[in-house]
Amino acid sequence: MPSIKKPLIPLAPLPVNELGLTLRDYEGGMSTLCAGCGHDSITAAITRAFFDLSLPPEKIAKLSGIGCSSKTPTYFVSGAHGFNSVHGRMPPIVTGANAANRSSIYIGISGDGDSLSIGAGHFVHAVRRNVNMVYVIENNGVYGLTKGQFSATADVGSSAKKGAANETPPIDPVIMALSLGATFVARSFSGDKGQLIPIIKAAVEHKGFALIDVISPCIQFNNHEGSTKSYHYVREHEIKEIDQVYIPPSGEITAVLPEDGIVRVKMFDGSTLAFRTLPSNYDPRDREGAMHYVNQARLRGEIPTGLLFIDEDAPDVHELNSTTDTPLVDLPYESLCPGSAELARFMEGFN
Amino acid sequence: MEPTNIEDPNFFHQVVDCQWACPAHTNVPEYIRLIGQGRYADAYMENRKSNVFPGILGRTCDRPCEPACRRGRVDGNPVAICRLKRVAADLKGDVSSMLPKAPLSKNGKKVACIGAGPASLTVANDLLPLGYDVTIFDSSASPGGLMRTNIPSFRLPAEVLDQEIAAIVDMGANMEYSTRIKSLKDLYSKGFDAIFIGSGAPKGKDLILEGREEGRERIHIGIEWLQSVAFGHIQSVGERVLVIGVGNTAMDCCRTARRIGGKDVKVMARRPREFFKASPWELEDAEEEGIEIKVNHAPKEIVLDNGKVIGMRFDILSWNSDATKSEVVDSVVIECDDIILAIGQENAFEWIERDMGMDFDKWGMPVVDDKTMATTLDGVFMGGDAPWGPKNIIWAVAHGHEAAISIDNYCNGIPLSERPETSMDLVSQKMGLTEWSYHNDYNPNNRQKMNHVELTKRFAELSLEVELGFSVEQTVLEVERCLNCDVEPVFKASSCIECDACIDICPVQCLTMTSGDGVLEELRLRLSVPSLNTDQQVYVSNKLAQTGRVMVKDENICVHCGLCAERCPTAAWDMEKFTLNLGYAGQSSKRVAR
Ligand SMILES: Cc1cc2nc3c(=O)[nH]c(=O)nc-3n(C[C@H](O)[C@H](O)[C@H](O)COP(=O)(O)OP(=O)(O)OC[C@H]3O[C@@H](n4cnc5c(N)ncnc54)[C@H](O)[C@@H]3O)c2cc1C
Ligand SMILES: Cc1ncc(C[n+]2csc(CCOP(=O)(O)OP(=O)(O)O)c2C)c(N)n1
Ligand code: SF4
Ligand code: SF4
Ligand code: SF4
Ligand SMILES: [Mg+2]
Repeated sequence: MPSIKKPLIPLAPLPVNELGLTLRDYEGGMSTLCAGCGHDSITAAITRAFFDLSLPPEKIAKLSGIGCSSKTPTYFVSGAHGFNSVHGRMPPIVTGANAANRSSIYIGISGDGDSLSIGAGHFVHAVRRNVNMVYVIENNGVYGLTKGQFSATADVGSSAKKGAANETPPIDPVIMALSLGATFVARSFSGDKGQLIPIIKAAVEHKGFALIDVISPCIQFNNHEGSTKSYHYVREHEIKEIDQVYIPPSGEITAVLPEDGIVRVKMFDGSTLAFRTLPSNYDPRDREGAMHYVNQARLRGEIPTGLLFIDEDAPDVHELNSTTDTPLVDLPYESLCPGSAELARFMEGFN
Repeated sequence: MEPTNIEDPNFFHQVVDCQWACPAHTNVPEYIRLIGQGRYADAYMENRKSNVFPGILGRTCDRPCEPACRRGRVDGNPVAICRLKRVAADLKGDVSSMLPKAPLSKNGKKVACIGAGPASLTVANDLLPLGYDVTIFDSSASPGGLMRTNIPSFRLPAEVLDQEIAAIVDMGANMEYSTRIKSLKDLYSKGFDAIFIGSGAPKGKDLILEGREEGRERIHIGIEWLQSVAFGHIQSVGERVLVIGVGNTAMDCCRTARRIGGKDVKVMARRPREFFKASPWELEDAEEEGIEIKVNHAPKEIVLDNGKVIGMRFDILSWNSDATKSEVVDSVVIECDDIILAIGQENAFEWIERDMGMDFDKWGMPVVDDKTMATTLDGVFMGGDAPWGPKNIIWAVAHGHEAAISIDNYCNGIPLSERPETSMDLVSQKMGLTEWSYHNDYNPNNRQKMNHVELTKRFAELSLEVELGFSVEQTVLEVERCLNCDVEPVFKASSCIECDACIDICPVQCLTMTSGDGVLEELRLRLSVPSLNTDQQVYVSNKLAQTGRVMVKDENICVHCGLCAERCPTAAWDMEKFTLNLGYAGQSSKRVAR
């Protein structure tokens, strides 16, 4: 933990967003993670993306489970709502919160342990239900908080700090989510904010469940020679098949883009995020193709990153359950609880 | 792009904005930290090493360091560097055991200094400890030059002057007071091994106007008038006084006039306020004493009644925006009893024979080398206000140090171009995982305001020092404003794993990892926050191992908080204290050891 709080330096004028807030207004408490932890970079990317999107802090709900990764919601947007759940139980808590108040912006932060070991059962159902949220897995291949045991994402052959190699086959959260019908699936790297920030923005915009699997090296227990989740290894094996270009609201495109292989995501402010797929035959709207592609890449020892799959038209949790358009929290008490006479009349229908 | 050469002491030196701007390169952050630790004597000696007169300068320095200070770029107000220097001087206690001493056995070389102002005194300060026999001639009866005769005692008390001059003179300088050198030729033949001319710019400029001659009784030349007041020859002035000119001398004249009878004192300026020569704080101090500063008034004639001054006529000017052109729009007469002309000083070298081999340029100014202070006459050196006209005390000191080096070289047969080496030390300030040897936290205190003696007391006693100095409480608050610019982030590219931790934590976003291709001008615009202040350096690292990018640091806005180094998992960033080792006389490499 640093000796001091990050000081507020009155360098004038700090740039402000549409709400008149500065980047510093989207920060949280000082991180207590290890210096150099990938999770801190993801925190910085979220801070920047939320600032850029001018999200009102009081509209944001940040939720997590247990782990170093799950500690990080404390470190961004201190003005947001927060909930730190039991290990692995963040997805059901978001589902409940989402049901009660559909007007908030939900971001769940989890780890590979939190989501794919103890919380795997909850994770899969949040995907299936297409819960309207951004779901970030800060994936380091270990249980960081409990001193570096292999997690469910550790690759076969990847060695622990003390040398022993993992022999249990890994879970790939991207493949898992695709097979469960996820509607937004991306992979990124904590060491590449240029890619991560636009993906976070698009995920916030997405209607439904948006998974971002971010490879995030554990500097303490999984950044050594022989690890497949180290800064060095990821940089050697990452292939950015899918790149993105931000198009401002004016619509003026500075980069020359071929029209094929372009996926455009409309943003709140009228701007467009255009994701350019480098092999122009890759279609991020083809679920089968995406699964095949990611699997093949994995066999070649490559880590494809970028926005891998998107389906903007699938019904989200609210459509699937025909919930009211008005968030439950905004409904008057009388409509939420119409009284015993109404209940009796309703029960009558089952007789 | 070429990586920054961090082997060159100038790179890290330039980051210490105050020290870089100080003509004598005083190690400001070091003495400020020492004050913060209550080590006043050490803080005083740290100052004395480079600027020789901390007590004097802590009250009177022109302080080029302050406009340069990094803190000014952060919250708009520089650290009160100068007044902290005074704190060290006021609270130092007895430092006699720490002062330099002359050796018992002399080195046999004799040096003459003309003038006992700060330039000559610095030469003596540097040469006496090396065993030189130094003789100082001054036409005055006491030492100090303009510091004594012109800087009023309400700004610089005589005791402070006496004490700091004594520290030099008491090393055994031969003081020849009341001795005007009338012929350099004569002195040159007296067997001195070297001569230093520190005679200043002693002549006040006159203003030739209609009525000047008849009115001479009540028309005074500023620096002569101040000198007469300092020596008690003038003890009063009329009630209505006009001071012509708006430089530093004018400020001292008007404030002195206020103390010896002037009730309605006006400073008459030709140009608009933004174009004044006086420092803003001097203008404020004068206005606090009820002095009116009138702009756009150009002197036209002295108005006389039966040969007695009764006023002065001015043209009222209207200027263009950059004050390069004006036109007369009106004319007024302002009544007065006395007129003080404070429009500048000139050098006077009537005592230097022009056939000796000392070259003068077409303006009658001596030809002097600005690195070595050598004149074109063998063995004769010059510094202070003498070679290039009026400057200030700290420049006189800086010149004095250089001249002393040259004299020592000259007396030892070393070429003048052979200057002592300037080197640097860089020492890690890490004391623990997240613990530093300095206060790294940013302190939001505001600049402390100097307290002044009440007006009534000031006007009652001419020599009463106006500034009270900082209280202990103020000192404590002010020292914490210093950003410790000498404790600098130093980067080792080979250790960096490109995890972004430093970039994410930096409170001013002055770090960027980016491609090292292209030219500096273009790189500056690609940084996290575009670097627009091109007066400040950009630190470009060697190529990074994983991506081949470079780490770039914009030196303009770093607040030296050390967080980058605390968050770096591999200690690629470290906070290291930069110490500049300036060479002084006696340290030239080829100097023969005795
Ligand atoms: C009114 C006024 C206020 C000032 N205020 C400040 C201030 O607040 N801060 C600041 O930094 N600077 C100030 N200055 C400027 C500063 O005093 C000078 O720049 C500085 O003193 C120059 O030092 P020096 O050693 O070159 O010469 P000087 O201080 O001018 O000393 C030269 C000495 O040489 C003597 N001398 C000259 N010719 C001969 C000769 N032929 N034989 C023997 N002796 C001779 C003179 O009598 C004098 O004592 C002020 C100047 C004036 C006029
Ligand atoms: C019910 C329960 N079981 C076990 C633990 C111990 N535990 C704490 S964190 C953690 C693993 C966290 O791993 P991950 O989610 O990958 O987070 P990381 O620290 O790697 O970011 C475990 C097993 C716990 N806190 N609660
Ligand atoms: S143990 Fe690993 S995951 Fe946890 S804070 Fe440290 S580096 Fe990050
Ligand atoms: S902040 Fe301190 S070290 Fe930096 S320029 Fe100002 S006085 Fe000097
Ligand atoms: S010391 Fe480091 S973190 Fe602090 S302002 Fe300077 S570069 Fe940024
Ligand atoms: Mg983990």
